[in-house]
Amino acid sequence: MTVKPYVRAVPRYTWFLAHSRYLRYITREVTCVFIGAYAFLMLVGLKRLAEGREAWEAFVQALASPASLVFHVAVLAFALYHTTSWFNVTPKAMPIQLGDGFVPGRVIVGAHYAIWIVLSLAVLILAGVF
Amino acid sequence: MAKSDKALVWGLFAAGGTVTAFVTPVLVVLTLLPALGVLPDVLTYDSLRAFADATLGRLAIVAIVVLSLWHAAHRLRITLHDFGVRADYAVAVVVYVAAAVGSLAAGWYALAL
Repeated sequence: MTVKPYVRAVPRYTWFLAHSRYLRYITREVTCVFIGAYAFLMLVGLKRLAEGREAWEAFVQALASPASLVFHVAVLAFALYHTTSWFNVTPKAMPIQLGDGFVPGRVIVGAHYAIWIVLSLAVLILAGVF
Repeated sequence: MAKSDKALVWGLFAAGGTVTAFVTPVLVVLTLLPALGVLPDVLTYDSLRAFADATLGRLAIVAIVVLSLWHAAHRLRITLHDFGVRADYAVAVVVYVAAAVGSLAAGWYALAL
């Protein structure tokens, strides 16, 4: 006797809309588009810096445009999503053994957030923002 | 991609994920500020030039650009699969070649500084 196997229908292109868990997963994965776009912007900036003062100042001028503001707000939102989703899985990605047990996950995650905040503030201060 | 390449691209993905998690938000804030009419000192030609002229500063710039590219490339490969694109080999070639070209360009510009 043959039994027709049950194959759960999964829509190939819209599966991530089926559950909020899937939506959070795909949002995390899509952050790469924005990280990549920002990497490209940094690459262009590096090129302009290498080309000299005039090219660099034109680049900074372009950064002041409304389109740049929209781009940066979008990148910032997804970059923050990347940061939090990355930090929140660190206990799974690199559990730290201590004697017979493991360092509690919230300690590892908390340490990442603490270092991130201190580092970000240090960069802002050194960059002359404050 | 051959199995032996996995460790390399995954290593770059993980290193890039960690570096971007720590530094991308604050860098985005810095380059966002000109659009709000604020020019942080580091974005003036003389200041950034001085930063890039220090060996560590130049290495940091290249490392951040290169690791961001490889992180994004690898995750984009997986994400395209998630969106139903099944031509994984072609996708892998395109994203990794793009990351490699971008990395070489970053190195080239850094040497040309």
